[in-house]
Amino acid sequence: MFPFSKYRKIYFVFSGTLVLLSIVSLIVFGLKPGIEFTGGSILEIEYKNQRPSHENIRKALSAFNLNPVIQSTGEKGVIIRMKDIDEDTYLKVINALNKQSEIVKEKTGFQTIGPIIGKELRHKTGIVMIMALVAILIYIAFAFRTVSYPVKSWQYGVAAIIALFHDVLIPLGVFSVLGRFYGVQITIPIITALLTIFGYSINDTVVVFDRIRENLLKRTDPTFEEVVDRSLNQTLTRSINTSLTTLIVLFAIFFFGGATLKYFALALIIGISAGTYSSIFIASPLLVSWENWKRNKSISK
Amino acid sequence: MSKRKVYLILGAVLFLSFFACAISFPNFFNKGIDLINNKTHLNLPHIWQIPFRLGLDLQGGVHLIYEADLSKIDKSDYASAMAGLRDIIERRVNYLGVQEPVVQVQKTGGHYRLIVDLAGVKDPAQAIKMIGQTPYLEFREQRTKEETEKILKKQEEIKGKKPEEIKKIKDWYLALEDPYFKHTSLTGQYLEKASLGFDPNTGKPLILLQYNKEGAKILKELSKKNIGKILAIYIDGRPISTPVIKEEIPNGKAQITGNFTIEEAKKLVRNLNSGALPVPIKLVSQQAVGPSLGSISLSKSLKAGIFGFLAIILFMIIFYRLSGLLASFSLTIYVVLVLAIFKIMGVTLTLAGIGGFILSIGMAVDANVLIFARMREEMKKRENFAIALEEGFRRTWPSIRDGNATTLLIALILFWFGTSFIKGFALTLSIGILVSIFSAVFITQNFLRFFRGTRLEKIRWLWG
Repeated sequence: MFPFSKYRKIYFVFSGTLVLLSIVSLIVFGLKPGIEFTGGSILEIEYKNQRPSHENIRKALSAFNLNPVIQSTGEKGVIIRMKDIDEDTYLKVINALNKQSEIVKEKTGFQTIGPIIGKELRHKTGIVMIMALVAILIYIAFAFRTVSYPVKSWQYGVAAIIALFHDVLIPLGVFSVLGRFYGVQITIPIITALLTIFGYSINDTVVVFDRIRENLLKRTDPTFEEVVDRSLNQTLTRSINTSLTTLIVLFAIFFFGGATLKYFALALIIGISAGTYSSIFIASPLLVSWENWKRNKSISK
Repeated sequence: MSKRKVYLILGAVLFLSFFACAISFPNFFNKGIDLINNKTHLNLPHIWQIPFRLGLDLQGGVHLIYEADLSKIDKSDYASAMAGLRDIIERRVNYLGVQEPVVQVQKTGGHYRLIVDLAGVKDPAQAIKMIGQTPYLEFREQRTKEETEKILKKQEEIKGKKPEEIKKIKDWYLALEDPYFKHTSLTGQYLEKASLGFDPNTGKPLILLQYNKEGAKILKELSKKNIGKILAIYIDGRPISTPVIKEEIPNGKAQITGNFTIEEAKKLVRNLNSGALPVPIKLVSQQAVGPSLGSISLSKSLKAGIFGFLAIILFMIIFYRLSGLLASFSLTIYVVLVLAIFKIMGVTLTLAGIGGFILSIGMAVDANVLIFARMREEMKKRENFAIALEEGFRRTWPSIRDGNATTLLIALILFWFGTSFIKGFALTLSIGILVSIFSAVFITQNFLRFFRGTRLEKIRWLWG
């Protein structure tokens, strides 16, 4: 039986560093919001002859770092949504596109557009997230009420939420670095990926806790630490298997899927790996540390 | 659980899956039916083809542009009025089905426009009808006698003249105004709620309006100013009700009486509530557009996803052997069931929705893995297959229940309070979780139970 809990200081330092780096990166580099959030511009063009494929249009525009969203319309038209650009860049873009395949100059339209995600949604989302966290806390406190000793049931909830923050902050940190150096934007798919990580992390952590609960009730081990270690050993294989299966699909999408889903898959890969790691190496050791701290406090009294 | 019950449940499951398959992939089935029809000269009907409802990013749809008429509001209010308009139209379209429209404000020169992209609407007229149903509500006050006469005179002046000549007449635009009523600032943007009521005397249906604080203030001033005069209520530019104001209205409550049938009144209440527009809009352009995610990108990702799924099945079989094979069947049935439900419920699938679906597949796999891992443990402890099986289920149920319940809780909260793509994600996730619990409990369990008492149960190795 591998004594996971013995080395928990190492895990905490490792994760703590990663989370700290992510937070620093977020503060320093920030995130690059996609045009859904900031608004941008919309360019409508009609080709005279052949309409090039989306891939080729993207290639033609790659020098401008626009992160375009391309839609075909009618037989020969395209609508391109991208960030706001100045007159100069606009002319260069039109030239680049024209060189690729001739454009009907008269049918070209260019306008600025506002964000898709209205203020209402942004305000609401924050509140909704907090409600979700509270609901989780309450549910876990309730579900684990049978094992309120040695660690209070609501503390399981808190540990799960700390693990959750870890799982969401690290991908965000990675994306902030990617945004700064490669211009990768936070788009709706990325936010969806973050929500997915949210759900996955909680599920994974609860399953591990459930095993701890079961072993606690069986009272086979003298100390809480040993109970946790036994539980972790028992669930390790299952945890890895589950995330492995999901990761297989995600890697397939990352390497072979289309350009538009690449970063979606990447966010999920980082988040799910973090989620599996955090359930075993953060949430559970946290419980042990708490229990130790509580015990030492009452001894020294 | 007795053998007979197991067979019964499995039979029901297989039947259900067959049905679900037919709904999810009707093309294959219809080809098969055609084949049978040809060979046997029967006339079996084709399976009802319900298409998947795909979101804008996956399918494309219509691209509508509306021009907003901001002439009646302050320049400083333009931005907030457009933002309010955007939110209301989005809510309006969402309200009619999980459509997940893309609604954006567009500014060109002095023109403020609203771009509305709707997924898969093959008939733009239908979409326009949906949006157009949001009524423009306003109060208009009676003009003074002088104003009325002035306008009527202008209208006389331009009667029968050609447009070029009209433009030469001074203040010709006055003739376009309503001679009896003029606009006030009390429009639908201040409306808090509309509800259905009944006249206590005549029993006829009427509409009760409740304005918010600012609206109530405006109404108070308007009513004070117009005691003894008519304060007309217009909807979409047509007068609906012309009550005479008897006294000052202090609390922002107003009534619209008129010759409504109950149905008309209900419809109006519903349309007013889902968002009375802050400014009137006019459709100026409509186009059909393709998917924003790009169909090539999509098909590549779909292929990658399918490969991934097959890889999972391979992995399960290698690691958990026969159990893994059964789980693979169970998972495939799960996917087919969920897809059928999506079709039947008309759930709009966008990338976010698919994300929710992928998460729920992951959790379904998780539930299965939990059961098998536990079975393995139990089989190590004891000889009896049947008991190991039941113990395996019994002990994993709390994990499955709690893990799925917490995620379901999140999904429900997101669905209830979220908008647009978050709602889509939450919906597919919720459906996915519910079906996955069903699949793990009814399908996998009973598949395994099926092998109780057979020779295969003795072969340890088969069961991981």
